[in-house]
Amino acid sequence: MTLPKPLAFLLAASLLAGHALAQLTMTGAGSTFVYPMCSKWFDAYAKVDPSVRFNYQSIGSGGGQKQIIAQTVDFGASDGPMSDANLAKAPGKILHIPVVAGADVLTYNLPGNPTLKLDGPTIANIFLGTVTKWNDPAIASQNPGVQLPDTDIIVVHRTDGSGTTYIFTDYLSKVSPEWKTKVGTNTAVKWPTGLGGKGNEGVSGQIQQTPGTFGYVELIYAVQNKMPVAQVKNPSGAYISPSTDSVTAALASAQIPDDFRFSMTNAPGADAYPISGVTWLLVYQKQDNPDKGKKMVEFLKWALTAGEDMATPLDYAPLPQSLRDRVLKRVSEIQVGSQ
Amino acid sequence: MTTTAPPIAAARMKAPSRLGDRLFSGFTFLMAATVFLLICLVGWQLWAGALSSIHKFGLHFLVSTDWDPGNDVYGALPFIYGTLVSSLLALLIAVPLSVATAIYLTELAPLWLRQPVISLIEMLAAIPSVILGLWGIFVMVPWLRINILPFLRHYLGWCPLFQGSVNGPCMLAGGMIIAIMIIPIITSVSREILTSVPHLQREAAYALGATRWEVTRIAVLSYAKRGIFGAVILGLGRALGETMAVTMVIGNTPQISASLFAPGYTLASVIANEFAEASDLCVQSLFEIGLVLFLVTILVNLLAQFVLKTFAGATVKQ
Repeated sequence: MTLPKPLAFLLAASLLAGHALAQLTMTGAGSTFVYPMCSKWFDAYAKVDPSVRFNYQSIGSGGGQKQIIAQTVDFGASDGPMSDANLAKAPGKILHIPVVAGADVLTYNLPGNPTLKLDGPTIANIFLGTVTKWNDPAIASQNPGVQLPDTDIIVVHRTDGSGTTYIFTDYLSKVSPEWKTKVGTNTAVKWPTGLGGKGNEGVSGQIQQTPGTFGYVELIYAVQNKMPVAQVKNPSGAYISPSTDSVTAALASAQIPDDFRFSMTNAPGADAYPISGVTWLLVYQKQDNPDKGKKMVEFLKWALTAGEDMATPLDYAPLPQSLRDRVLKRVSEIQVGSQ
Repeated sequence: MTTTAPPIAAARMKAPSRLGDRLFSGFTFLMAATVFLLICLVGWQLWAGALSSIHKFGLHFLVSTDWDPGNDVYGALPFIYGTLVSSLLALLIAVPLSVATAIYLTELAPLWLRQPVISLIEMLAAIPSVILGLWGIFVMVPWLRINILPFLRHYLGWCPLFQGSVNGPCMLAGGMIIAIMIIPIITSVSREILTSVPHLQREAAYALGATRWEVTRIAVLSYAKRGIFGAVILGLGRALGETMAVTMVIGNTPQISASLFAPGYTLASVIANEFAEASDLCVQSLFEIGLVLFLVTILVNLLAQFVLKTFAGATVKQ
């Protein structure tokens, strides 16, 4: 017996729809910094759980915060914590889930590619424009034996708003009262001096092309472009090279409050690299969609356990075990659906 | 027998239908009106998006040099200065090059050379802005920094235009890259204008005993003056709005400096750089910058129309 046409059509359509429902799509947006890590995770997670597919748009931390408030995405990602004002705008409580950490490194273009030792106030003065020459006593006194040319320091900063800038200006505000009053901490600030580059790529490109330049980029960019990086003096007095280990050390020694909104710049640990920052995934505590909420919780638990092992090969710093346990506990507090 | 139809028969004859003509003129009018409406819509949308910022800063926005996203204080003067100076610089470099090229191609070049050169120039126009910007960062700016700028500073350092430290990305680099982008359009249109000069003009000048250059100057250029001016305005319009290539080589520093070696910032560049991460008041200030760019472009075009009308020039009366 053949089915009447409309019924056959409906049957076919419902079968197709059923198949489409079987694969769930979760959307996220935000930080460009965490994008390579997220890509790797989504790729690996697709093998762990083929029923869910993740889609991430790296539009920047500010964009990620805006989209999660507007609920156009299932999760956001940000390099800077959300302010109280922004959290108040959201229709529900948003949880900050730290996932990986990274470092802002100071890189430069000098003949011979020496490894410079710099402390916080000197870096701040360079960016304030008060230290203008490479062979200034402030730099030379920390680097005996390094040939510093008698040329101007050409500062390079970011033109676009960015979490990288947020972490860097947060550090400068902590080590230099003049920076704190004159410029402050933000994703985009009024730079007292210097050229602007768009994105980490713009800044690293500018530095590689022009001798005498000095700027800040994410650790990954300096490593992959084989650029020299400076050792920065931490509060314990040691000059530390940026690496995934020194960032994890900073995380271990940082003061982390209960809501995980913290700044880890200038962390007190002996091996800590002072200009580090963590990336957060932003999710609502109360997940309205039971399917999506369940998948979100499962993914977060996987990322904070198996996912952390994938961080170091990509030049990200994984969270130390003590912090992972605290975060996993927070993830289990996410309420899924109407139960 | 007369050929005109008798009145009664004429009344019964239907006049040829004018429906097709009416439809055609109606349709073309609609298309023209759509273009006009689109421009108005863009202007209105920019105004609506910028309202908060306009209310907060008023006219002070146009004269303030303070661009501070951290403290939510915005002023557009450095960008207006950057846009106008880089465009003017581009015109100064491009117009002599383009008009000379056009004259060469129409008057002096051997016939076998004309088409290949024309194709090459059109290919220059086809290069995307971003690619040219990349070339600017990796080839043009280092070349300027190593060869040209120190030379200019050494010999012309007495002039405030050529003073200051040489960093690489600068206003001069921005002007040069815009010049490269507008050369094809000015050359093409000038060439069209020059080709359209009637041969009679040239022949008359030759008949009066003029030399090659005098023929070009008296007969061809005088006739084509207005058209070439129109071509320059087209180029200027493109120069004012050029974004990506300029952003990559101009240094992106909101400051006003007399020196061409200093970095600058243009209206289009600041929108391209900051729009993605901007929030609230910053977005509206960027909309206001967009509105300023829109108005500057319209103003420049109106000024050009005015100049064309006033200095009508020696148009030949037939």
